[in-house]
Parts: sequence; structure tokens; C-alpha cells
Amino acid sequence: MTDAYAPTYETTDGRVHTVMGQDWDSVLGAADGEHERVVINMGPQHPSTHGVLRLILELEGETVTEARCGIGYLHTGIEKNLEYRTWTQGVTFVTRMDYLSPFFNEAAYCLGVEKLLGITDQIPERAQIIRVMMMELNRVSSHLVALATGGMELGALTAMIFGFRERESVLDLFELVTGLRMNSAYIRPGGVAQDLPPGAEQQIRETIMALPRRMKDTADLLVDNSIWLARTSGIGKLDLAGCMALGITGPVLRATGLPEDLRKTAPYSGYENYEFDVKTQTSADAYGRFLIRLTEMGESLNIVEQCLDRLAPGPVMVEDKKIAWPAQLSIGSDGQGNSLDHIRHIMGESMEALIHHFKLVTEGFQVPAGQVYSAVESPRGELGVHIVSDGSTRPYRVHYRDPSFTNLQAVAAMCEGGQIADVIAAVASIDPVMGGVDR
Amino acid sequence: MSDDSMSGELVHAGQPLLEVSGVSQGMFGTSGSGDTSGFGGLVTVIAVPAPSSRPFGSYFDVIADELSASLPDFGTTWDKAVEKVVVDQDELTIHIRPTEIVAFAKALRDEPGLRFELCLGVSGVHYPGHVGRELHAVYHFKSLTHNRRVRIEISVPDATPHIPSIMSIYPTNDWHERETYDFFGIIFDGHPHLTRILMPDDWQGHPQRKDYPLGGVPVEYKGATIPPPDTRRSYS
Repeated sequence: MTDAYAPTYETTDGRVHTVMGQDWDSVLGAADGEHERVVINMGPQHPSTHGVLRLILELEGETVTEARCGIGYLHTGIEKNLEYRTWTQGVTFVTRMDYLSPFFNEAAYCLGVEKLLGITDQIPERAQIIRVMMMELNRVSSHLVALATGGMELGALTAMIFGFRERESVLDLFELVTGLRMNSAYIRPGGVAQDLPPGAEQQIRETIMALPRRMKDTADLLVDNSIWLARTSGIGKLDLAGCMALGITGPVLRATGLPEDLRKTAPYSGYENYEFDVKTQTSADAYGRFLIRLTEMGESLNIVEQCLDRLAPGPVMVEDKKIAWPAQLSIGSDGQGNSLDHIRHIMGESMEALIHHFKLVTEGFQVPAGQVYSAVESPRGELGVHIVSDGSTRPYRVHYRDPSFTNLQAVAAMCEGGQIADVIAAVASIDPVMGGVDR
Repeated sequence: MSDDSMSGELVHAGQPLLEVSGVSQGMFGTSGSGDTSGFGGLVTVIAVPAPSSRPFGSYFDVIADELSASLPDFGTTWDKAVEKVVVDQDELTIHIRPTEIVAFAKALRDEPGLRFELCLGVSGVHYPGHVGRELHAVYHFKSLTHNRRVRIEISVPDATPHIPSIMSIYPTNDWHERETYDFFGIIFDGHPHLTRILMPDDWQGHPQRKDYPLGGVPVEYKGATIPPPDTRRSYS
């Protein structure tokens, strides 16, 4: 079979075939006798590679002898861009890194900036609770995508439909609270951008009541499913020593039996006030990681419920007017807009308020020189941010230690010696998000 | 930026001891633009947290004691390796000489009283004003056993940006060292395949350096032309 768009051609390293599907026998047949090994480029445009991950696999038959990752296809220079924006504008950039867990990116960044500003203990209680609530809802939506895409990649299309359906209900909550389904830039240095809109608490409560029942559908579909077990159990093994050496955190680490969770070991945003369990498994394989994600979602919904119970009226931004964002939004006929009360105040009543607004919005606030490392437990592991300030109104350097980036290094350890079909299951169990890997 | 006549220590009333890191001039990041506000002549001293002395507080003294005691077993000593210690924002930063990083990392990982099992990677910071030590590599370590963290900072000159790789001790640093090489041009000696990781293989330059332009094109919006972010007026 010849294909005009995917010809076979010769290079100095051997013959190159473009595999188009259902032609594996002819490719292997063509390679037979020429070389002992076949090097397969899987991705970057491949439905099973979680975005634009390129896997370079060396095969003998269907056994993977070497596996390497090629990354960088989604590099957008976010860290560099941050150095040209104010500290508050930075949130708009970092939220776009790991696009499945935007609230964690924002929270890690804001916690670091607040630490440098020395206002960590001035963040209002209500803002902290809203942050925790949004992060935990985000953990649910992120894990749902992990299960959905992981299921799809192994052929469990119903899991994909269910996962995305449930995620949709969580995204509706994000849209209700922040106005956006993703990239919300909602958590800001000093608090959160907006208070919860009227009726949000009720809707969040209804959603988290409905979710467990619907997530049980996914669980029923997969947990004891013999095909699912055959595809994931014992696949992508990585023990504790391997995790430590490779710097792996998150569900992959907890699947080795170690209950390592920053929410417990180094609580931030008041996590010490919530009751929840750190879920672990001891199988250290793809199935264990699947079970951890499944059970963690229940714990997250539990935390969201505790958040709703604890929510009391109050401010959602620090009192310090030199830091707090001056503008307020209100919902206009087009869905968003500036608060008319605020416009009236700065344009008609107070010259000082106008100057203050102008200075904070154009110039921003200064952050004392120094450096901090702040970390949160993202759905994928330890999300750390190293922030350096030179005392100006812009970050001097922001570096994200994204868990996807580090965890992807485990691909070689998980896949080499296994079957090529198991590479898909192993990579899916790491749950890498290329936006976070490449930044 | 760096000016020897300005270097020294500052004490602000009620503030921790500060060290002059550099001086920035002007306010809007422009010169010769006919800025008549007077702010263009503004001189701002950049003061960073000064080195700390004992006691460091928290668990930091334990780390320092353990390191002092154990470093000779790993082929170096505290005095030989450490340039200064900074405690700021409840975080411990140990500035060490580049040649000692391998012994230092071994001690951090293997010494029972330290047990920093997890390396959270290395990132770079570029200080063009720090003549002779422009490029900094910053490592973060975490101990799960003791629930402690420590930061190691190394500075090398732009002319010879060489730091020994610690990938043989912490394999997780494989990609992190490649990333820091890619973005800052710091060469980690002993890394088995120090190639670019996020930028294309044939890329020129190291994008996260301060002298590397951000790039961008002017955008026209309703008749007005908005310049790219790095050529806009700025306040810093």
C-alpha cells in the first residue's frame, strides 16, 4: 500500500516508514531482515500521548527495549513573559501552564508572592476557604480528565464520555464563580478576584451531592472490569526507590504506599483545618494510580463540603489598599463588566481613589527583594514555584517545578522491557499535561 | 548595575539586615524620551536579605550541624564549601562553591541526620550586574523523613559557566539540568547528554537570560499602536 502523503524513504539511519494504522504487518515485514530493531516515533500528534508528547520507542517485535520522551512542542515562554508583567498580571500567565489544574498554578504563585510581601497571615479567612474549595473542585475535574483520557486511550470510550460529562458539571461551577471555564486568573496575590456570586454555594452543594453517584458509574464500569485490570494491573511499575530517585510525586508516589501529600505534611491555605485522608495503594502500578485518583475525588468532594459549611461572610481580599486590586467587576448584560459603583466612586467622587486605582493597575505594587519557594499538592504531585524578586513591580524570575515535567522522566523506567501497548497505559497513569511540562 | 561604592550592608529601621545587590536608575525603563516627570533620575538601591549568622533558628541549625559534622566524610568541609548562609522568609539558603556540589549533594542524600531524599530540581537566575558571578543555579531539596527543606545556591561567571552535574546522585535532575542549560547556558559537567530540552536543538542563545529579548511585534488596535511588552514603558 502506498500513500502519497506518507511515503517510505531511505535515510542514513535506515528506512523511514510512516505508520498510518492497520499496516503494522507490512511495516514489520519491510523491516524484517534489514535491521534487528525498529525505532518508532509515537507522537507528537498522536491521540494517545496526552497532547503533544513525542515518544521515541525502540522495539524488538512488540517489546520496547528503549523509551525516550521528546518534549518542548508546547513551550510558550511563560516564565520569560512573567518578567515583563506586574505581579498581579503574572496570575494570568501562570494559570495557562498546566491547563487542567489552573487554580493550583495560581495558588502556588500567589502563596509565594504573599510570602515575599509578608502578608501570608493577613489573607482573609473567606478567601482562604474559597481557594481551598476551588482547588479541590479543580482536583476533581483534573482527575476526571485523567480517568477519561486514560480510559479512552485503552479503548474504554464510555469512561471517556462519563468522565468528560462529570467534568462539565465542575467546569460549570468554575464558570459560575470566575466567569471562565479555565484560565480564570481567579486567585490573586492578596485573596481572590471576586466573591462568590449569589446562589453559587447552593449550586456547588447540588453538584457535589450529585457527583458521587455519577462517578460511581465510572467506578462500576472499571474497578472490577477484567479487561481494565488486564490492561493496567502490573503495568508501569515504579517502586518507592524509583520514585525517590526520579523525583516522582503525586498519585504515582502514593501508589507505592507512601502517604506523601503536601496538604498534610506542609499545610497551606488552612488545609490543617479540614478532615480528609491521604489515599494510598501498594501495587505501584497503573491500576493503583487509577484507584488513587478515583478515591481522591471522593476526599476532595468531602473537603468542598467542609468548605461550604465553614464559609462565613467577609472580605475576600487583604485590607492593605496598597496591594488589594482596586477595581471590582459586576455582571452586566454581556455577562461581565466593571462595577458601576466603583466607576462612580473614582470618576465622580474621589480624585485620590482614581490616582490610587491608576497607580495600582498600571504600575502595580512592589515586592521586597528576596526569594521564596512555595509548593502546593497539585493533582499530579508537588507543584513548586521558585520566585525571585529584586524589589520592583515585576517578578525578577519565576520558575515552575511542574510535577508533569518531572514525572515524565519515569517513562523509560516504566516502559522499557514491556509491550508497546502497555506504554499507553503507563504514560496515561502518569497523567502528564504538556502545558505544564513545556510551559 | 553593580557599583562597588554602594556595596555594603544596610539596616532599615525595624527591618532585617539587608545587603546591597545592585542599583537601578530611572523609573520608566526609558532614557532620552523627553521624560519631564523627574522620576527618570530616580536611583533605587536593590537590597537583598543579608547573610545570617548562628543561630539560624528553626531546624536550620540542625542541618548546618549535621553538614559540618558529615561533610569531611564526603570529601569536603563546611568552611571549604560554604560561601554564606541566608535565612529569609523561614527558608534556609546555603550558598556554596560550584566545585563542592557533588560532595554536598551526597551528604544531603546519604547522611541519616539529613536524608534529603527528594531533589526538586535546579533552576537558574541571571544577574547581569553581579560581575564574575552572573549565573546562579538554585537547587531545592526536601527531606520526607524529617519534613525539612533546604535551598542550595551556586553562582558561576558567565565566561566559564561550569557546575558539576549531580545527576548521578539525583537522577531526577536529568531534565532539570538540561532545562537550566537550555535557558541559561549553565553547563553541567558530567551530565551524559546535556542537550536542549524545550527549545529546538538548533536554537541560538539562552532565552531566560536577561540580555535575551522577549521579542514580539507591535499590535495596532483602533488606530493606536501598542508596542511589544519588552519595549513598553515600565515602572521598576
